[in-house]
Amino acid sequence: MARLKLATVWLGGCSGCHMSFLDMDEWLIDLAQAADIVYSPFVDAKEFPDNVDATLVEGAVANEDHFNLARQIRKRSRWVISFGDCAVTGNVTAMRNYFGGAKEVLDRGYVELATQKPAWPSDPGVLPTLLDRVVPLHQVIPVDFYIPGCPPPAGRIRKVLSALIEGKEPHLEGDDIRFG
Amino acid sequence: MAVRTLTINEKLVSAPEGATILQAARENGIDIPTLCQLDGLSTVGACRLCLVEVGPSGRLQAACVTQVAEEMVVRTETPKLREYRKMIIELLLTERNHVCAVCVANHHCELQDLAVKLGVDHVRFEYLHPHLAVDVSHELFGIDHNRCVLCTRCVRICDEIEGVHTWDVSGRGTNARIISDLNQPWGESPTCTSCGKCVQACPTGAIFRQGSTVAEMEKDRQRLRFLLTAREKREWLV
Repeated sequence: MARLKLATVWLGGCSGCHMSFLDMDEWLIDLAQAADIVYSPFVDAKEFPDNVDATLVEGAVANEDHFNLARQIRKRSRWVISFGDCAVTGNVTAMRNYFGGAKEVLDRGYVELATQKPAWPSDPGVLPTLLDRVVPLHQVIPVDFYIPGCPPPAGRIRKVLSALIEGKEPHLEGDDIRFG
Repeated sequence: MAVRTLTINEKLVSAPEGATILQAARENGIDIPTLCQLDGLSTVGACRLCLVEVGPSGRLQAACVTQVAEEMVVRTETPKLREYRKMIIELLLTERNHVCAVCVANHHCELQDLAVKLGVDHVRFEYLHPHLAVDVSHELFGIDHNRCVLCTRCVRICDEIEGVHTWDVSGRGTNARIISDLNQPWGESPTCTSCGKCVQACPTGAIFRQGSTVAEMEKDRQRLRFLLTAREKREWLV
């Protein structure tokens, strides 16, 4: 069987889902024998490649970089999988929405709560362009499968990856779809 | 007492006159999901999760407030009902801020359990993300409106079991809020006896014990069961 071309992406999240991925421990050796990790915070690839079989996306869509990368991922992946509660629901990343749009959030962070020099950073390229609202991944691109959890336990991730390696459609049910 | 015979999911069952479809179903081991319903309290049919199809036209009725009738035909598990129940949970999740990961009731929450049971692995509707208050003015307890589903269990248990009626509901629709007394901070309530029944009755992390952190707020429904048995059977079983 052809090796699975797998990618993992880190958008607006804390990287906890990727930590949980590493918690698959020795099964990572089995995974390495069946799949190539073609793009990930774990490997050194600058460009999201073409013809990816499956992409796990951690994090909510919070800024324009996330938005553009999400669209690129969709075009170049057969399976797009929302990986963890931030991608699935917005979760903690979306809690900034209570304050209002991007301007209110930046004011809150850099002006209202600042103890010294209350001002937005002015150097170019320092601040990413925030979207007015943080949204779950499936609000931006079609998503094929969801792995809830904050973070999803390693066993849950393994179930999904095992199915993909075997060429089957993943299936989670019962406690495996619990949020939080 | 007169007995009524009806059909639930093709099965012939009998129930006493005046019983609800929910009671008849449970008596016969048929599970219907509920959220606002709590044994020992009056029923209000607020959450609509217990919707069932009644009669040949499949008319939708809330099982908790609909009484059984002779020759009634009830279906509790149809694709339509499953879809509606799932949708109700999704809408509850969008209306307030149910951030399970940082909630005191994580893994001890009836809303979260229902999402698991009904197969909600994502929400198809847009989240509203309202800006809501947390009132921790009470010395023992707190109320977090972010997690409230407006089931009114707290209102009913305070009124019907404790006999105080500190809680009520103000506003309508998405603006509805649980309030204490005349919409004042809970800590300044002249009526609250600090009995904690609302804490135990609340299905989510909306009403909690002060000092609870993420996933620590376990509810003890046995305490409510004890009160109910004491009231109804005059038995104080410890």
